[in-house]
Amino acid sequence: MDLIAEGLRKAFELIVSMDREVLGITWLSLKVSGIATLISVGIGISLGMIIALTSFPGKKIVISAINTGMGLPPVVVGLFVTVFLWRNGPFGFLDLLYTPSAMIIAQVIIATPIVMGLSVAALQNLPPKLRLQILSLGATRWQMVWIMIREARLPFMAAVMAGFGGVISEIGASIMVGGNIRGYSRVLTTATVMETGRGNFDVAFALSIILLLLVFSVNYLFTMIQQRERPR
Amino acid sequence: MRTVMLFRKSPDFALVLFLILISGALSVTPAQQKKSIILATTTSTEDSGLLDVLIPVFERSSGYIVKTISVGSGQALKMGEKGEADVLLSHSPDAERRLVERGFAINRRVVMHNDFVIVGPSADPAGIRNSGSAAEAFSSIARQKALFYSRSDSSGTHALEMKLWQSAGVNPEGEPWYRQTGLGMGQTLNVTAEKKGYTLSDRGTYLSLKRTLGLDTLFEGDPQLLNIYHVMEVNPARWPGVNHTGAKAFADFMVSKEAQKIIRTFGVEKFGSALFFPDAGRKDMERF
Amino acid sequence: MSVPEVLLAAEDIRVELGGVAVLELPSFALHESEVLSVVGPNGSGKSTLLLTLACLLRPSAGHISYRGNVLVSHDAVFRFRRRISMVFQEPLLFDTTVYKNVASGLRIRGLSRNETRDRVAKYLKCFHCEHLAQRSARKLSGGESQRISLARAFAVEPEILLLDEPFSALDPPTRHSLMHDLEAMVRETKTTTIMVTHLESEALSMSSRILVLNEGRVVQTGTPSQVMSRPSNQFVARFVGMENILEGRVISRERDGLSVAVSGRVLHSAGDAQPDEIIECCIRPENVTIDNPDAAGAGNTNRFSGTVTHIYSSGPFVKVSLDCGFHLTALVTREAFSDLRLSEGTQVSASFRPSSVHVIRRSKAELERLKS
Repeated sequence: MDLIAEGLRKAFELIVSMDREVLGITWLSLKVSGIATLISVGIGISLGMIIALTSFPGKKIVISAINTGMGLPPVVVGLFVTVFLWRNGPFGFLDLLYTPSAMIIAQVIIATPIVMGLSVAALQNLPPKLRLQILSLGATRWQMVWIMIREARLPFMAAVMAGFGGVISEIGASIMVGGNIRGYSRVLTTATVMETGRGNFDVAFALSIILLLLVFSVNYLFTMIQQRERPR
Repeated sequence: MRTVMLFRKSPDFALVLFLILISGALSVTPAQQKKSIILATTTSTEDSGLLDVLIPVFERSSGYIVKTISVGSGQALKMGEKGEADVLLSHSPDAERRLVERGFAINRRVVMHNDFVIVGPSADPAGIRNSGSAAEAFSSIARQKALFYSRSDSSGTHALEMKLWQSAGVNPEGEPWYRQTGLGMGQTLNVTAEKKGYTLSDRGTYLSLKRTLGLDTLFEGDPQLLNIYHVMEVNPARWPGVNHTGAKAFADFMVSKEAQKIIRTFGVEKFGSALFFPDAGRKDMERF
Repeated sequence: MSVPEVLLAAEDIRVELGGVAVLELPSFALHESEVLSVVGPNGSGKSTLLLTLACLLRPSAGHISYRGNVLVSHDAVFRFRRRISMVFQEPLLFDTTVYKNVASGLRIRGLSRNETRDRVAKYLKCFHCEHLAQRSARKLSGGESQRISLARAFAVEPEILLLDEPFSALDPPTRHSLMHDLEAMVRETKTTTIMVTHLESEALSMSSRILVLNEGRVVQTGTPSQVMSRPSNQFVARFVGMENILEGRVISRERDGLSVAVSGRVLHSAGDAQPDEIIECCIRPENVTIDNPDAAGAGNTNRFSGTVTHIYSSGPFVKVSLDCGFHLTALVTREAFSDLRLSEGTQVSASFRPSSVHVIRRSKAELERLKS
């Protein structure tokens, strides 16, 4: 029990003292997962719209594949990305292994199916004739897309939060492709595992608390956006 | 009626997306990728904190960026074998020698050593405090069926531990008093302290946690408990893609006077005694 | 009197679903200020027709023209869509305020804030919904929602208004009220309208023309009275409620009608045909009067004695099946029914005016087929 108290005290200390290393790690976590989520949302929502709104042969198979992708173990993604990016792999010449960029790539692969799957579900949940109604009001293709997204904004925001949550908290892929290099590719999750392995439980705890605070604040922001503008 | 409506993926949208992707990826990678070295080493080496002191010194003077990947001993050497690292810093002499024999590593040079200690509860139920050798201590533990925690993670520590059991003529596998954590040194020490058992630890990690552990050093000093660190460069003849110039620069640095001095004084202030003993160039260490 | 301009025309339209043709329309024309109703059984292709005409559904063959210009390019279709408005069976309102819903078509077109405000206020008033402006569209009743959907459609002041059974999901009183308001609006704005509806609907009263569809094809088009009283084939006859369709052979032509032999009896009808021609005589059940067997006729030359075979309840009416040598269905009020003390097996006298007997002649194609 006093481990938790120790951890809270240490967390408070680290935050208040603006410990440079901890700040750097936190900022990197936010940056890497933030960019990954942004990219996943871009791909996920646009592809999700195309898949949900058009009909093509094999549509059901594609949607099952996406839903399966939602449950993809991050560590498996990490392994595959590592094999592709390491020196003797097909993309070794890019020199991307053990960089934050590699972490972003792995996290995009993890988050995109989540965002895509939930976006498809969000759109399929709208009334089937809604799109026709919007087009009949004279909307351009983009206006229609925008209105549909707005109509499904609740489940879409949930999709974004799910995508972000999935990658900010993941450790398997990040450690494999990032290498947990100090000051370079070390993020909150990988640092926590490392400190735990060293036996520094108080530091590990502090980092966990900081991670929780970070995730909570971001989700709070998202939820505020999601729930605003609901008329009586 | 799900007929395909007039919705095509606009080319400008794809372009914007592509730009986001590229800029995202590029914004987080520094420009000087070519001047970087991948150093594969073990978690216990990293955990000691020595590299946090040595590497910045090297980076400042050489201009290289060192990417330290710390994994288990087995994985570190494997990375060298696959050409995924440029330089290796490890402490598994047998495995290292095999790697050199097979032509994957060159220029194996001794850097430093630290030692292992056998720690346990101060009450010492197995009575190993006055053992004549490490192997004897281990056989006492087996005979008394005292709780022993093994890392069991193919680390250098684990490799030494198995060697000692062999010398003691004991096979602990399957015995109820023999517990396998599969964890790093720090965590294993914590578990051992919690359960009041025995374990084999490198002095460095033990010292850094000593204050909060409540375990005592019950046996030390046996030559078998020496943990010798070597630096090796991955053979460019086998893997032309490695940054050999950088690797050699780093290896040369590790055996340089400057680095050796840092090694000698590391930890004195914090723990009262040095954690490592510099050995570069010492002929008598070459037998390892 | 000038011929009103053809606003919308369609040629050689063919819509396929899974290889099967669900709509075949060789030609179609919609004139300015026309109110056209499209009726037909379920699955006859009414909605398909509407969506095709609105250019929301691309046909497998054929093209649509607006004011003489063929709509082929994406641009042309888009500009056309900006001139029309559509209302569906479900209100399909957006998850926001009523005001924003009605304004949506205007926002899409980029109208100024002020003009939007004026128009929204105007059309909310036309549909008696001003008090709902700031309400969430999700919190409206069925009738209120459809009103808003209509207001939204009218707010863009379309040249053509399309409605797909807009009132089927509402209860009768709501339906009447909405129908009344819609009719007033259409009449006032003189908006060209196409409406898919049901025969029983009062919407027919505001229609200038009806199109009857069956299995993807137009089987008759004409004014409401033409379609309702002078169906051109058996299907339409049955569809408009002429339940009695009797096959007979023309005996002779008279001054104002025909004598037809039907199952051994002689029947007098209106219309014209050749002697010996096989025709169908169609009579509405409402036009068949039932009397006591010995009641005297009032100059009716179609009087047959028969037996009641079956009695059905039909809302405020009672349907009576008779056997007069041929099968006849009559529709009587409950009062008349009880007055006559009818029951199965009762002998009655059934009569109907010759003018209420509509004659359907076999088409040339059918005759050719029968000859061979």
